[in-house]
Amino acid sequence: MKLHRIVALITRHLYLYRRSLPRMMEIFYWPFLDLVVWGFITIYLMRFQGQLPGVVTFFLGALILWDVLFRAQQGITISFLEEIWARNLMNLFASPLKPSEFLAATMALSVFKVTAVSIVMVVAALVFYSYNLFLIGLWLIPFVLNLIVAGWTIGVLTTSLIMRFGQEAEVLAWGMVFLFQPISCVFYPIEVLPRWLQAVAWANPAAHVFEGMRLVLNQAALPLMHLAWATGLNLLYLALMVGWFHHTFSICKERGLLVRVGE
Amino acid sequence: MPTSIVEVRNLTKRFGEFTAVDGVSFEIRQGEILGLLGPNGAGKTTTIQMLLGLITPTAGSIRMFGLDLATHRETILGQINFSSTYISMPYSLTVEENLWVVAKLYGLTNIPRHIDEVVKKLEMEEFRSKVTRKLSSGQMTRLTLAKAILTEPKVLFLDEPTASLDPDIAHKTRHLLKEVRRSAGLSMLYTSHNMREMEEMSDRIIFLQRGKIVTQGTAQEIMARFGQSDLEDVFLKIAREK
Ligand SMILES: Nc1ncnc2c1ncn2[C@@H]1O[C@H](COP(=O)(O)OP(=O)(O)OP(=O)(O)O)[C@@H](O)[C@H]1O
Ligand SMILES: [Mg+2]
Repeated sequence: MKLHRIVALITRHLYLYRRSLPRMMEIFYWPFLDLVVWGFITIYLMRFQGQLPGVVTFFLGALILWDVLFRAQQGITISFLEEIWARNLMNLFASPLKPSEFLAATMALSVFKVTAVSIVMVVAALVFYSYNLFLIGLWLIPFVLNLIVAGWTIGVLTTSLIMRFGQEAEVLAWGMVFLFQPISCVFYPIEVLPRWLQAVAWANPAAHVFEGMRLVLNQAALPLMHLAWATGLNLLYLALMVGWFHHTFSICKERGLLVRVGE
Repeated sequence: MPTSIVEVRNLTKRFGEFTAVDGVSFEIRQGEILGLLGPNGAGKTTTIQMLLGLITPTAGSIRMFGLDLATHRETILGQINFSSTYISMPYSLTVEENLWVVAKLYGLTNIPRHIDEVVKKLEMEEFRSKVTRKLSSGQMTRLTLAKAILTEPKVLFLDEPTASLDPDIAHKTRHLLKEVRRSAGLSMLYTSHNMREMEEMSDRIIFLQRGKIVTQGTAQEIMARFGQSDLEDVFLKIAREK
């Protein structure tokens, strides 16, 4: 890996954001709107505080953390789509750039994106609903890191599909992540799922993070097991997905698809 | 005899049942401009994309600077570049930003100096700070040419580089390419559907049809071989056979 090539790609995308209103809205406006809607829902639910303890802390916290995963995924997939839309893939892959460097750059971009979106959401939650995400404490750090990696995995998966199947697969950039939402147990505990689906959910690192978050907020126990599972599963899936991306990349070169994606 | 920079042996590309490039062999020598001529669908672009590592050949070998492209991708790709009317550059960046990104990608040092030089060479001063979206198609072509010579490649692959240029700019571009070739000893592989341009630019021409080389040599040799006084007549004769 060569750092200068990764820096080149990152800079190219930062230039892009600097001059584009829709792209800035993606970072500032939409997450903010999301939070406002969920904030009102929580205020409404607070009336039933007695029956549902801790509902406020759960909902807004879960929403902000879910957005971490979502934006991490988008950071990767949208960066790839940007190259398709700009008809820039040929320029990139006829240069010495390696697929792994491409992925590294999009991962870095996704961290920028997550950071920017999280700042917006955390501040807005604090200002409008007096909600402090840092109630979760230092556990927040490993939780967020795990969610970012889970987002990368889905991002790399989606990118491979778009590269392989072209324009028709583009909607996956927005939809794919929601396939995983029901089994991520973002807003409800895993025990509400039917038993067979619980088994599936335990294989999902994000479910472990959200279960862990609930443990911490309920001050029930330390989420060590959940963190261990999340980390292990994440590393396994990420490695598999990166391998699959490389495999797809070489299939696309074989079939001459790389020069045609988006046409 | 000058050494060959590019050596292609038995290059073949099949897409499923269809053979787009069929056992093509050629070489490009140091400082030489090789023209690739042929009707639509003959396999010119596919050949170039294999040489750029964007399409994996079904069979055959590609060597540049004595190295195999299959095993020395990074080293080789750092020393070549390409331009074509079919490619584009990111629209939301300015011309200079785009050039900066390319320079960084190829690991150039002293980037501002390189950019100043290429902007001057291609007479791009008046639109260097413009957003790429606002360029005319001719300016866009100049930008993609600029990105190709910016990285000081040893071989340049040009797929119809002058297709959307007005005659004045096209003339200047050809002049410039010959100038770059002279000063930097660069080799080029060139495609065009403009016969006069082909004749003017190429030291040697390869005529491809249905993925196969049907004839090759200097423009003079080819015209003599087919008993024509004009390359266009040779083209028509070959293209209309069978
Ligand atoms: N990815 C692909 N899958 C299937 N067939 C392809 C693919 N790429 C090219 N072809 C086919 O290979 C043949 C050669 O195409 P190519 O683009 O190389 O021709 P060309 O000589 O550049 O033509 P033109 O003068 O029109 O640019 C065409 O018949 C084309 O349809
Ligand atoms: Mg072509």
